[in-house]
Amino acid sequence: MTVISPIREKLVTGGKTHHDVTEDICRHVESAPTKEWKIAFAISVLLLMYGGGWVLWTWWEGLGVWGLNKTVGWAWDITNFVWWVGIGHAGTLISAILLLFRQKWRTSINRAAEAMTIFAVLCAASFILMHMGRPWLAYWALPLPNTFGSLWVNFNSPLIWDVFAISTYFSVSVLFWFIGLIPDLATIRDRATGTRKKIYGALSLGWTGGAKSWAAYEDVSLILAGLSTPLVLSVHTIVSFDFATSVIPGWHTTIFPPYFVAGAIFSGFAMVQNLMLVTRVVYKLEDYITIEHISLMNKIITLTGSIVGVAYITEFFIAAYSGVEYEKYAFLNRATGPLWWSYAAMMTCNVLSPQVFWSKKNRENIVLSFVIAVVVNIGMWFERFVIIVTSLHRDYLPSSWTYFTPRMGDIGDYLFSFGFFFTCFFLFSKFLPVINMAEVKAVLKNSSTEKKITKITNSN
Amino acid sequence: MENTKKRYWKGIEELSNDIDLVKNSQKEFNLDDIEEGTYRRDFLKMLGFGVAAVSLASCSAPVKKTIPYLNKPEDVEPGIPNFYASSYVLGGNYASILIKTREGRPVKIEGNKLSGVTKGGVSAPVHASLLSLYDNEKIKFPTKNASEISWSKLDSEIKAALAVSKNVRIVTNTVLSPTTKKVFADFTSKYPGTKVVTYDANSASALIEANAQSFGKAVIPSYLFENADIIVGVNCDFLGTWISPIAFSSAWAEGRRVSAKKKTMSRHYQFETGLSMTGANADVRGMIKPSEEGLFVANLYNAVAGLTGGTKVAAGTIATEGLMDCAKDLVAAKGKGLVVSGSNSVHVQTIVNGINALLGNIGNTIDFGNTLNNRQGSDVEMKQFVSELKSGVADAVIFFNCNPVYDYVAAGDLGAAIKKVKLSVSISDRADETGLACKYVALGTHYLESWGDANPKTGHYSLIQPVISNIFKSRQGESSLLTWASQPADYQAYLKANWSSMTNGASWSKSLHDGVFSSGSATVGGASFSGNVAAAALSALSAKGAGIELSVFESVTMGTGAQANNPWLLETPDPVSKVTWENTAAFSAKTATELKLEKGDWVNLTVNGQTIELPVLIQPGQADNTVSVAMGFGRTAAGKAGNTGKNVLPLVNGNANLWASDVKVAKTQSGYTLPQTQTHETYMGREAVVQETVLKEYIKNPKAGRFEPKIQTSIGEQKPYSITLWNGHNKKNHSWGMVIDLNTCTGCAACVVSCQIENNVAVVGKAEVARAREMHWIRIDRYYSSDAPREEGYSVDGYKAMEVAAVNPEVVFQPLMCQHCSNAPCETVCPVLATTHSSEGLNQMTYNRCVGTRYCANNCPYKVRRFNWFKYFENDNFDYNFNNELGRMVINPDVTVRSRGVIEKCSMCVQRIQSGKLTAKRESRRPVDGEIITACAQSCPTGAITFGDILDPTTKVAQLLESEKEGRAFQLLEEINVIPQVSYLVKVRNNNKAVVASTEHGHEDHGAHEEHASANKH
Repeated sequence: MTVISPIREKLVTGGKTHHDVTEDICRHVESAPTKEWKIAFAISVLLLMYGGGWVLWTWWEGLGVWGLNKTVGWAWDITNFVWWVGIGHAGTLISAILLLFRQKWRTSINRAAEAMTIFAVLCAASFILMHMGRPWLAYWALPLPNTFGSLWVNFNSPLIWDVFAISTYFSVSVLFWFIGLIPDLATIRDRATGTRKKIYGALSLGWTGGAKSWAAYEDVSLILAGLSTPLVLSVHTIVSFDFATSVIPGWHTTIFPPYFVAGAIFSGFAMVQNLMLVTRVVYKLEDYITIEHISLMNKIITLTGSIVGVAYITEFFIAAYSGVEYEKYAFLNRATGPLWWSYAAMMTCNVLSPQVFWSKKNRENIVLSFVIAVVVNIGMWFERFVIIVTSLHRDYLPSSWTYFTPRMGDIGDYLFSFGFFFTCFFLFSKFLPVINMAEVKAVLKNSSTEKKITKITNSN
Repeated sequence: MENTKKRYWKGIEELSNDIDLVKNSQKEFNLDDIEEGTYRRDFLKMLGFGVAAVSLASCSAPVKKTIPYLNKPEDVEPGIPNFYASSYVLGGNYASILIKTREGRPVKIEGNKLSGVTKGGVSAPVHASLLSLYDNEKIKFPTKNASEISWSKLDSEIKAALAVSKNVRIVTNTVLSPTTKKVFADFTSKYPGTKVVTYDANSASALIEANAQSFGKAVIPSYLFENADIIVGVNCDFLGTWISPIAFSSAWAEGRRVSAKKKTMSRHYQFETGLSMTGANADVRGMIKPSEEGLFVANLYNAVAGLTGGTKVAAGTIATEGLMDCAKDLVAAKGKGLVVSGSNSVHVQTIVNGINALLGNIGNTIDFGNTLNNRQGSDVEMKQFVSELKSGVADAVIFFNCNPVYDYVAAGDLGAAIKKVKLSVSISDRADETGLACKYVALGTHYLESWGDANPKTGHYSLIQPVISNIFKSRQGESSLLTWASQPADYQAYLKANWSSMTNGASWSKSLHDGVFSSGSATVGGASFSGNVAAAALSALSAKGAGIELSVFESVTMGTGAQANNPWLLETPDPVSKVTWENTAAFSAKTATELKLEKGDWVNLTVNGQTIELPVLIQPGQADNTVSVAMGFGRTAAGKAGNTGKNVLPLVNGNANLWASDVKVAKTQSGYTLPQTQTHETYMGREAVVQETVLKEYIKNPKAGRFEPKIQTSIGEQKPYSITLWNGHNKKNHSWGMVIDLNTCTGCAACVVSCQIENNVAVVGKAEVARAREMHWIRIDRYYSSDAPREEGYSVDGYKAMEVAAVNPEVVFQPLMCQHCSNAPCETVCPVLATTHSSEGLNQMTYNRCVGTRYCANNCPYKVRRFNWFKYFENDNFDYNFNNELGRMVINPDVTVRSRGVIEKCSMCVQRIQSGKLTAKRESRRPVDGEIITACAQSCPTGAITFGDILDPTTKVAQLLESEKEGRAFQLLEEINVIPQVSYLVKVRNNNKAVVASTEHGHEDHGAHEEHASANKH
């Protein structure tokens, strides 16, 4: 006799059967694109083209089209890079860590979250390329043999660590995502005809759905989850080293690794929240992405938002306690200097705004959840901007102090990443199942057998 | 066919049917190695060769127009520079120089150490004059009414016109050349109606006239700043622009240099309207309005007279800061003081003469035995000339290398008047404003294309020799005059002949080699004062000012505007305001507030119906109710780069003393970003950056003003350098380093331009400078003092207060280039190892390897790394000298022109180090101290920068470091343990202002990183 706790909330509502799940998810892949999708996709592609134009111009003309100067050598470029990498963290966290912790509610959202991770990491990578003065030589940052025409790289440089961290993270994420897709692709293959059948057939790698395949699938998922888990922590830790290992006051901080990881999870969950709330409404997936999901996500957002809040305050305390003149000034300048507004935006968006979720009513308010998630991502962008620009623009020698004003190149290239991200995401949501059907079916049983459980208990 | 068995045979082998022969019978030559067949391997070989050949042919080398010498000149070795001695002469400005030429083109100007006048010092305009040679916007041929004319036609037309002219006028700026004067004389004897009119845009006419009245000597004496204990400047930028600034800087620095052995220095008072470079270097500075100049000097006279028992003159009183102290000091140092004034008022100069006479300075610090010829212009003569021109008395006028239509203070409608004259000729190397007004432009030469001589000071002669043949269809001005005077036009021969007679037969070739010839200085001579101070005071006091007063000054970089179309000069920041590319209207903060002006505003300045619009500069140290504007800008015919800023001269309405009263100021627009290279004004009390003290503290303690941070560790407090994670670098052979004396750096920016030329640093233009993207490898940080106390705690207001410069600030100049850190933060962060450490202590940048992440620039605590935001050469958006073939001639072939997207920075002139080492190696010896010297150190007129091998104990730099190790030497930001190769020497001021003396460290802290040795108030 199986005993299943009756206390668990239903993960999928609406009394869906296995077939309903297949129908609900596959419908969007199989039917013609909706009008909403077409409009949204068109906007994304336009954004991509406009931003793409700016990227080409940036490469053609030089980085002077940005607003950087002799003192502020990084601004929007690296802000965007860290921001996108941070967003990318949620996918892996949901897939890997929540899988290891057996958080079954993750099944409804992990597919989209993983896709988001991949696109976000690509966006981040585009800024690595873009921020280089000579991007056509980017491969010099790879440890290629000398016969390739390249010299050896500097293993002391955090940028090299970044190259390893990001590329590892990207490969593992793609692998994890694709492996997870295989059973669902096979489902679509089985329902499809003609060319579609061939394409999905090829993509599903001959999945049979046999018990052995499932066993192997489970094993691979666990192994990949095990591999990705340290990555969730390491990638942003390493990204934070870009700053932490430098000598610049405001960058040279030991708190950065945990603070960055928390911030990454924070922004990633907010982005997942945004995307899921939209998908949920557009694809009518209210039964799969329930209020409970939204509420759980909001709890994590509040927790991680508070963690970064503590980190912000800790930085100030340490700066004051250290007695280091430059450190002290860097932090006072952050809050009260010429760029005080970015600091205020960061504090308001990241620390104060998620506190509304202490109330259950707010947590379950869809509109509020959406708004706060947007606000959080704005705040997290400002966090990186604050760290990068306010530290650089007034460092050691006051003679070099400057201000930073963005130019159209900064904005255009940032829009490019949005265009790229949403174009990819809409293509994904059209051609691939946005919810992991196989895994949802696995949790479906738990909830739909609730009544039977009562019966069993009664019969005992 | 009956005879079928009959066979003919060629040899016995054929007859015997030899097997080898039969096999090879089809081959013409029986040689295996020639007649080899084609095999698979050969095919591959041929294919490989073909591909290689095609690809080689397709990537043709980008070398253009490089022609090998068919007959190599004896003294030109490709790749080896030749140096020629010559002289820079522009109007009365003079420097003895060496010109570095590569393959026949001049690429760099250096100081000539053999000169007894400039002593190897060079200024920013002198350095930059090189680029004026390669100015693509000069006209390329002589013109008549702005169209080309042949020389022969021009000569015949002019000669014909001169023949019928009764009153010929030759207008010129100061002529330092005795031979040119002889040419004038020859010309005058041919055309007896000729009169030479000399004027200077930066006129010292009043000084000469006052000296004539006071001493009966219409000359400018030598000023012996090196012998003066008390130096007083009144509106006199003697370090920057006044009369002979290079020589004065070097002499001034002599009195300012302190060391463990010499703990004395001169005290420098400066009283002026705007904050000049000289004022910025003064120990005590007071502010006066232009109208108060007479009142001030009269008061100083009275104060001195009061203390020495002389007769006072009738004058009201003025309470200028430092006036009484100044008088007391002057009297105490009788005969060892020196009062100079840059005023162009005869009355003011007479009173100044009176003060110097009272103090017995004449004949001690003021030497009438050796006179300076740098300013010979006469305002009276010029005024008369203009009226002659307008009245039509003058019927022919020749402008000899001068541009009065633009730069004469009372130019008015001079241009229109010139057009009416029958014959008007401009001899100039370009069609400037005057050239455009003249009928003919007899295209003259740049001084680097010319022969000539100069006699800047009694007994000091110097030669000018051409280092390149005429680039355009030009002819030296002297040759033109000789031609028109129907004499042989060979000026070289003329000069040689005159030189011999002038110098009593000094060797021509030795003089040409050395560039200079000195017949020996005369003994220091005095003069007896017979001036009427009382009358002068009466006249001087009659100058009355009202409202806002305008003061026009000569900019240290732009001068009088003769070299306006020079991107190097335009981009060189003004030493004090750090503004590039334009002139500004400088107001004090108080006046600006009263006028409701802010940073970023533009104003209309209106005087006597003349209006100019200028951006506002809030200038600490500016006298209240005054506005200072630099001359030399607002050219209209200088060229693309040079037509920038506004011409302020029309506003002074012919006032030779360059000021105007009652200026109407009206705000026109706001939100403008000035193209400044430094926007933050104070050093925020950061003692690890700027360390300074006062003389009396320094006498007591050679380490006065030193900030020595200590770091708390488990074993007690440690010096930052003793705790390290670094392994260090093994320097076996050399360790190149620098010591920069903050006491003698005047901020003149000669090093900035020198470095720019030597290292092919790109010009980026006004808009890019405003975006803080200038490319200079060396910059001079200029900090103003703040009245606010040093914030030790956490008060935001305290820090904000420190950002505000004092009303009359003390100023520090700090040259900053790559510090070549031994533990370089840039080196660790570069992902591709594009910046690495050499075994000689240099932090070296490999441009080819750089991918442009800019991480190194971010992680540089000194912010000396520069990024190529754009491609700065062959780019129409940056239409400066790198954008035309002529302009690119100036490129130093030893240094790469950087491509876009890479970082660049100071290399400590590694190309010079390499070349010096090679020379030494070829001669099997070690490099000698002084043999290898960076461009910045070479050009410094005060010798503030010492460069050399720190490992070699015999070098000056090593000895200086050794002697100052426990003295004034410090390195910037010691607590971050980057260990720079560059050290600075504490700035010592000779004033009585209280400073927070450095106290011995002692103060418990809580395991924190670092502490402040000074000013601990716990």
